[in-house]
Amino acid sequence: MNLKSKETLIDVFASIKTEAEKRFGKIKGDSNQNIFIGMATCGLASGAIEVKRAFEEALAEQKINARVISVGCLGHCYAEPLVIIDKPGFPPILYHNVTPGKANLLVKAFLRGDDPVFEHVLGAMEENELIPTVMEFPRFNQEKRVVMGKCGLIDPEDIYQYIAQGGYSALAKALTLDPEQIIFEVLESGLRGRGGAGFLTGKKWQFVEDAEEKGKFVICNADEGDPGAYMDRAILESNPHQVIEGIAICAYAVGAKRAIVYVRAEYPLAVKIVQKAIEQARELGLLGKGILETQFDLDVTVFQGSGAFVCGEETALIRSIQGQRGMPQPRPPYPAQTGLWGKPTVINNVKTLASIPPIIEKGGKWLKGIGTKKSPGTAIFSVVGNIVHAGLVEIPMGVTLRSLVFDICGGVPNQKRFKAVQIGGPSGGCLPEQFLDTPIDFDSLTEAGAMMGSGGMVVMDENACMIDVARYFLDFTQHESCGKCTFCRIGTKHLLDTLERITKGKGRDGDIELLEDLSIDIKEGSLCGLGKTAPNPVLTTIEYFRDEYEAHIQEKRCPAMMCRELTAYYIDLDKCARGCDACVGSCPTESIFTTRDRKKAIDQTLCVKCGECMTACPSEYDAVRKVSPPELAPKIARPEEG
Amino acid sequence: MNLSARTEEKVMFDHIASMLRTYEKKRENLMAILQEIQGKYGYVAPPALQMVAKHLGLSSCEVYGVATFYNQFRFNPPGKHQIRVCLGTACHVRGGDIILENFERKLEIKAGETTPDREFSIDRVACVGCCALAPVAIVDDTVYGHMAPSKVEGVILGFEIEKERKEREKQDSESQE
Repeated sequence: MNLKSKETLIDVFASIKTEAEKRFGKIKGDSNQNIFIGMATCGLASGAIEVKRAFEEALAEQKINARVISVGCLGHCYAEPLVIIDKPGFPPILYHNVTPGKANLLVKAFLRGDDPVFEHVLGAMEENELIPTVMEFPRFNQEKRVVMGKCGLIDPEDIYQYIAQGGYSALAKALTLDPEQIIFEVLESGLRGRGGAGFLTGKKWQFVEDAEEKGKFVICNADEGDPGAYMDRAILESNPHQVIEGIAICAYAVGAKRAIVYVRAEYPLAVKIVQKAIEQARELGLLGKGILETQFDLDVTVFQGSGAFVCGEETALIRSIQGQRGMPQPRPPYPAQTGLWGKPTVINNVKTLASIPPIIEKGGKWLKGIGTKKSPGTAIFSVVGNIVHAGLVEIPMGVTLRSLVFDICGGVPNQKRFKAVQIGGPSGGCLPEQFLDTPIDFDSLTEAGAMMGSGGMVVMDENACMIDVARYFLDFTQHESCGKCTFCRIGTKHLLDTLERITKGKGRDGDIELLEDLSIDIKEGSLCGLGKTAPNPVLTTIEYFRDEYEAHIQEKRCPAMMCRELTAYYIDLDKCARGCDACVGSCPTESIFTTRDRKKAIDQTLCVKCGECMTACPSEYDAVRKVSPPELAPKIARPEEG
Repeated sequence: MNLSARTEEKVMFDHIASMLRTYEKKRENLMAILQEIQGKYGYVAPPALQMVAKHLGLSSCEVYGVATFYNQFRFNPPGKHQIRVCLGTACHVRGGDIILENFERKLEIKAGETTPDREFSIDRVACVGCCALAPVAIVDDTVYGHMAPSKVEGVILGFEIEKERKEREKQDSESQE
């Protein structure tokens, strides 16, 4: 680039930034009071809309001048709806589990009066002398936010807020560099693809940059089909511009003029927000023709994926954009050579692209300083299941599973014992307690039999049956197998049938060996990642929980008491209180009847084993028991009518 | 099928025909067309698939093959109230299948079906991304977190009461006239 256009570029961006700071300063700096409400999908599901309405009504009623701003997701799903109140004279304060009632109280006590209502405070967002900061909690201070740094703190539908906080300056910087320099920085950072496989991002870009052909594409893969993972959704809903900026830098580096964001149609809010973000960026000249008055053009569009898990695989994704069945193709040729419409194509995950702007800004060496030697940077996990502080966690690579589960996320609730953690969704594996000291990085997890995957992490307590978990994942992969490879199509069905048989108490000797053999065959006989990894949940559960398989097959017993065919509920007549009928109404199938001495009993032929009676039984009686095998339940006959 | 449903269908096909004219006859438009039909009517009727095939110059089995490959498309009309039960990993571990079963038992239909009066339909979905609130069910646009079998009854009862109230109001206003 010549010197003159470099100068215009810097000037153009500086004027955009000044405008952004002016607008954002209006919100932040002056004497206004601001209320930030987390309104991503998880916030909405916890009632953020009602909370927002309550704030607005209370403000109107009290005639207080304050701005209510919708922001994205902080990642602390266990505490949603989250609200940050920024009042001059006070540090910004984070409130958790806010209800309409609390909203009303906060307006009256804090905004009207000066009482921050300490009992509802989670912590302050900045150092101060009044309130302890959130950084004193391990859930906050052990995180390292590279990708999610701005999530939950800015309005995703306002591009100026992103720019005022330093956004798009990486793009402006990148446009003054040569494409080779950018690829060099990305290579130097050692960034590995965050979609699961962990291929070096810089290498991928290099291949596409080297390709001679014109009409290259950049595709952002946000087809997050892995059940139990939702970080891509949260990033797109909370800070779409960081992803778009990453896409633009990538397109400039490899010489692409068109980019596509492939989002699942199941994420309607994410689709809407990304579309709006693209439009805003185009209006400011950050996308479209002649970006920042340089020679670089880029057109970004959104494509809605129609809900097929296998489309997360890059060749299948390409075919689905072309209007075909999303079936994977043999590689090579890789998409870097022959991709969308036969053109060289970069396909990167949302998190990979969102890592790019910080790398360009701070240099590749900076990222290399975070995480481990072979897996630099951070990892984002959605930690869910039987866990106290469920939500999204961004940690430096190399942190152990133990500190992620117990220190950061607060461990297993209800005094239950930790049993296993499932990492990597349907392609990953279940790791038991002895693996808790495994560091989280691409290679260590693969070695242990799980995989990084897209970052879904489900924590299971002692009440989870490992065979049922394996069956669940096989049910999923069997359903999502595209049908191209025989081993994947028929093999997964067979695995599922066998697992179902075992969970129903009809397991036979030799079933474990059958599962193992079949798993190895499926791994070898499948083309894409789906088939190659589908047996992982089965193999890891057999390896680490073989005794559970044996209990199911030989004793027809489910040690975790989860498989419904192998368990039964009964009411302990010594404990049941005469005349009490708390359980009767809770039963969805009317299987509870009154015995001759006016106590309650369960008709086993009608019982669906939902466990509602156990919840309903008053704790002072605590009379409902769960047993496995079901024969252990005493048989009580229903008294004859009349 | 009653008369009004039949005219409704005819209107739908007319709309689809005019909508198709706005799309270029290119194969890459197939997904977008199917998505528009699904989004507007909640399902893709089999005759609509044929219309799309004809418009794009593809065989109808080709279009059928693509449409059935993806989970997003359904081929029978959905109920007035759509119940979607999440069976993602987190929901499964916390008993999502029991919730699904309760809906199925209560409405006497299976997942993927619609009640004969077209009031309710049940679908299973693979993860809606609110895992921290598991188990989750989505009824129309409302997300119900921390579901329990007893809550299922409450949700359906709520709709039934609402429906009865509307009918009563209708009757009242008719009798006043």
